[in-house]
Amino acid sequence: MALKKHIIDLRIVSREVLGERFVLLKCTDPQAELPPMMPGQFAQLRVDGSKETFLRRPISINYVDTRQNQVWFLVQLVGAGSRALGCLQEGDVLNALLPLGNGFSMPVSPQKRHLLVGGGVGTAPLLYLGAQMSLLGMRPAFLLGARSESMLLQLDDFRKVGDVYVTTEDGSMGEKGFVTQHSILSEQHFDRISVCGPSPMMKSVARYARLNSIPCEVSLENMMACGLGACLCCVEKTVRGNVCVCTDGPVFDINELTWE
Amino acid sequence: MANLITNIGALVLKNPVMTASGTFGYGIEFQDVVDIAAIGGIIVKGTTFLPRQGNDYPRMAETPSGMLNCVGLQNKGVLYFCETIYPKIRKIGTQMIVNVSGSSPDDYARCAECIGALEDIHAIELNISCPNVHDGGMAFGVTTEGASSVVRAVRKAYGKTLIVKLSPNVTDIVSIAKAVEDEGADAVSLINTLMGTSIDIERRRRTLSIGTGGLSGPCVKPVALRMVYQVAKAVNIPVVGLGGISNAADAIEFIMAGASAIEIGTANFLDPAVSVKVADGINDWLEDHGIASVRDIIGVAE
Repeated sequence: MALKKHIIDLRIVSREVLGERFVLLKCTDPQAELPPMMPGQFAQLRVDGSKETFLRRPISINYVDTRQNQVWFLVQLVGAGSRALGCLQEGDVLNALLPLGNGFSMPVSPQKRHLLVGGGVGTAPLLYLGAQMSLLGMRPAFLLGARSESMLLQLDDFRKVGDVYVTTEDGSMGEKGFVTQHSILSEQHFDRISVCGPSPMMKSVARYARLNSIPCEVSLENMMACGLGACLCCVEKTVRGNVCVCTDGPVFDINELTWE
Repeated sequence: MANLITNIGALVLKNPVMTASGTFGYGIEFQDVVDIAAIGGIIVKGTTFLPRQGNDYPRMAETPSGMLNCVGLQNKGVLYFCETIYPKIRKIGTQMIVNVSGSSPDDYARCAECIGALEDIHAIELNISCPNVHDGGMAFGVTTEGASSVVRAVRKAYGKTLIVKLSPNVTDIVSIAKAVEDEGADAVSLINTLMGTSIDIERRRRTLSIGTGGLSGPCVKPVALRMVYQVAKAVNIPVVGLGGISNAADAIEFIMAGASAIEIGTANFLDPAVSVKVADGINDWLEDHGIASVRDIIGVAE
């Protein structure tokens, strides 16, 4: 069942710079309790900056702290829009349309071993996913990859809810190489994999999952305009034809996609 | 409360604010965040006789104060619309208008005929101006002969209110408007998107999958407003104005230029509830100026 969508003027209660080019915005709704949100869903954040940042920016839900009535967004500063979001300060208002899209499937049995693979800013939704699993009595394994140690974010938060394994391309932390080369993949058995990260990384994890017959979901981040399934800009080719990433995804079972 | 009721031919709208085709889905996608019944009308996305997959990704590029799109009329075809969508939206609480497209006059007419059989849909908007498909769309909208041929075929097949959506990608939009008026169109709506492109300088290639796309958003407003003004002066049928409208002041400009109703497109992506705010804003402006009815300001700009 789809969760009701809301347009909310969030207030930023905390802004932290993480690593070299990430900003973590912790936001609250000063008026009311935040609506329910599922791991893997996202928000369309309004950027009221310049003519260059015309459209909203889709940002995944990094974490929901129901006790403090907070929703967290991890923003990678890449273009004009994300930089404008990154410039927001404590006390500023952030207009959000949320929650959007379909999240990751939640495990039906706590006994199953679940691997959550993230790369770069794609680690963001896995924190909330792992935290929800932890509430269900599971301890998921996180396999997080980055170019170097300074690009690995929120590791202490991840360690609170699961076992953390790391790869870096320069070997500055964890095993050197890509996530698909990590020894954990040959040493441990997993019943399900959830992935979010750069497209080449997700495709290689999907290949690994298919080869080993492990159910696998990936979260796509195609460019979008509306986030509501109206403009049909963010389509992905699937076995069902072109579908909207914003409403049919962003999370897809790899068997739905036409990836090689 | 001012009187916001307006007419497009025989079609009565509770207020002059409609949502533009392709920017508001079938309305139901927006139900959580906006009161659908407070909108004057919803023009549902472009529908063709047969299903279309549309163009490849990427279909969108952000531009200064606007965006380019090359969706290419992705839709599941008119039969899917009639059987699956129509039952869900027929009692949605406002006028539902179907945007109809095609690749030949017969194709348009067949699609219009299917929509004509639906009791609760009282108008269609004929899209002879889509810049993103090769086999039709804008090809018809850029010559008076092409536009006339499509409207003639559809007029025979469709008896309710027929609005024809015009392309701005022409030398003389007034002559096209007059041509479709002569063929029996009940109204014209303008403008569709302006053809444009953008280039990814790192990849040294055009950003969109088919190279070009339609430009929309506040950046096109002055062009659209000029064309609405010119067309409204030249034809005797109602004009529906659109192009970059994002607030009540924009809407009032179009109405003063001669539009009997307006459509909001790209602004829905920034604020899904904008159409209701614009309708409320028009009312407030009329009240503040002691004007009884929105009809009193249609075409008043000198």
